[in-house]
Amino acid sequence: MEHIIETHDIVKRFDDFTAVNGVNLKVPKSSVYGVLGPNGAGKTTLISMLCTILHPTSGWARVNGYDVVKNPKEVRESIGIVFQSRALDDILTGREHLEMHASLYGVPKDVRESRITEILDLIALGKKAEEFVKTYSGGMKRRLEIGRGLIHHPKVLFLDEPTLGLDPQTRESIWEYINELNKNQDVTVLMTTHYMEEADQLCDEVAIINQGKIITADSPKNLKRELKADTITIIVDKPELFMEEAEKLEFVRDIFRTDSEIKLMVERGDYLVPEIVNFANHLNIFVNSVELEHPNLEDVFLKYTGRTIQGEE
Amino acid sequence: MAELEGIYTIWLRENKRFLRYRSRILTSVVTPLLWLLIFGTGLGSAIRFGNTPGGYQAFIFPGIICQTILFTSVFSGLSVIQDRQFGFLKEIMVAPISRPSIVLGKAIGISTTALVQGVVLLLLSFVVNVKMDIAILLASIVVIIIISLGLSGMGLLIASFTDSMEGFNLIMSFIVMPIFLLSGALFPVTGLPTWLQAAVYLDPLTYGVDALRAIILHSSVLPLYLDLAVIASFAVAMVLISALIFSKKEQSLM
Repeated sequence: MEHIIETHDIVKRFDDFTAVNGVNLKVPKSSVYGVLGPNGAGKTTLISMLCTILHPTSGWARVNGYDVVKNPKEVRESIGIVFQSRALDDILTGREHLEMHASLYGVPKDVRESRITEILDLIALGKKAEEFVKTYSGGMKRRLEIGRGLIHHPKVLFLDEPTLGLDPQTRESIWEYINELNKNQDVTVLMTTHYMEEADQLCDEVAIINQGKIITADSPKNLKRELKADTITIIVDKPELFMEEAEKLEFVRDIFRTDSEIKLMVERGDYLVPEIVNFANHLNIFVNSVELEHPNLEDVFLKYTGRTIQGEE
Repeated sequence: MAELEGIYTIWLRENKRFLRYRSRILTSVVTPLLWLLIFGTGLGSAIRFGNTPGGYQAFIFPGIICQTILFTSVFSGLSVIQDRQFGFLKEIMVAPISRPSIVLGKAIGISTTALVQGVVLLLLSFVVNVKMDIAILLASIVVIIIISLGLSGMGLLIASFTDSMEGFNLIMSFIVMPIFLLSGALFPVTGLPTWLQAAVYLDPLTYGVDALRAIILHSSVLPLYLDLAVIASFAVAMVLISALIFSKKEQSLM
């Protein structure tokens, strides 16, 4: 498989603090790749090195085949970036931001106008495009930044916490937008996030990063499957008896009770639900409800780091 | 070609910013007029000033033009600090254009806005009874461009070493005001105590004021070619050094 971003043992040290500690990343072309981790895990530092904003202390990184230290100009030409913090000029209009970006990135004059129209359609700014950015809402500013990052048709789009600080509604519209983008334009997206849901919804592959190191990387589905920890929640009329008997079952790894609910930790719960219901019937226990839950990325993170992702906020 | 385009783009933004802050345009004309009309008339009445036809007001006219250029150029250069705080500098710095082009685009852009203000003042010369014609106007424009390039280069250089606008007062007290006061904008630079004389000649703006005086009032302390040589060298040096610093420090500027 072709990798559009590749890093090898990349390290960034600030004085005696190591922000990124030997990361090896392989991002397949045309994918949406997520770097997931808590605040301070080194996500922005990693992305800054890939965007040529920071020089790695050691190791190397290639973006679109170019070394980020030796060929920064070629790397810059290949990428679009949406920074975590806003990078807009209040006193320019949306359209002017796009025009400025297009000429800085050498978009040929004859296609510039049509590209700007195309992007304005895509980010749906409407009439607001002619107004100063200071009148924009948070979501509009974000859309403008994403649109700007695309105007020179980059091979890779970096999104550093694209929905940080946005309300849930705007967040979902940005997600939708990123999905569309990846489908319709031939662009690889590398995004950082500390929202589990975001990584789960958008990314083909996720690398979990903690304290400057990548702990594991795979598709969200595989990561969750690896946990082998589905939860079956069951409500029965004779909980004591059920607990007593269910404990003896071979496939039950753990069992505990919270009020009226009994939770069974099992592997591959899909196959076990009917078995458990049959088992209860057999004992003359009436089952009120059964619920099956797959683990989420939060559980994955918990398993690998021993803490929750929001723990460090 | 791409570099030229980049320089033009940055130049354009600088000018748009200038034109959109209406209050800045207004103050840039009103402040020098206050100096000329109030300070010039006031001090002019108190002292006998026979060296220049038109008196003290006419004498400080070139100096006040230089003051306007100084403030505009240095403060516009410092706007890079704000760009950095608002994150916009990142957008420019990760663009695939060379750092010297960024500095040059900025410097030329700032110089253009300073020139606009300078020309407005030159056209208002009748207020202080100074004769103006096309030749004087054109020659003054050349001098203004050279001075403002140098000073905006200096502003950019200071900005690259300053993290926040908190340093603004320091820059004002220790750099901008001494440059203004020592330039001889408000007093003749001949017959001064030695220590002051030395300081005056260390100030690059002294040569700018002297050059404008030579052109507008036909009287100067130093020959015009010498003034021009000094301000041109200063301009080249400042732009080159800040281009170099922007390239070297690029990582910490983003």
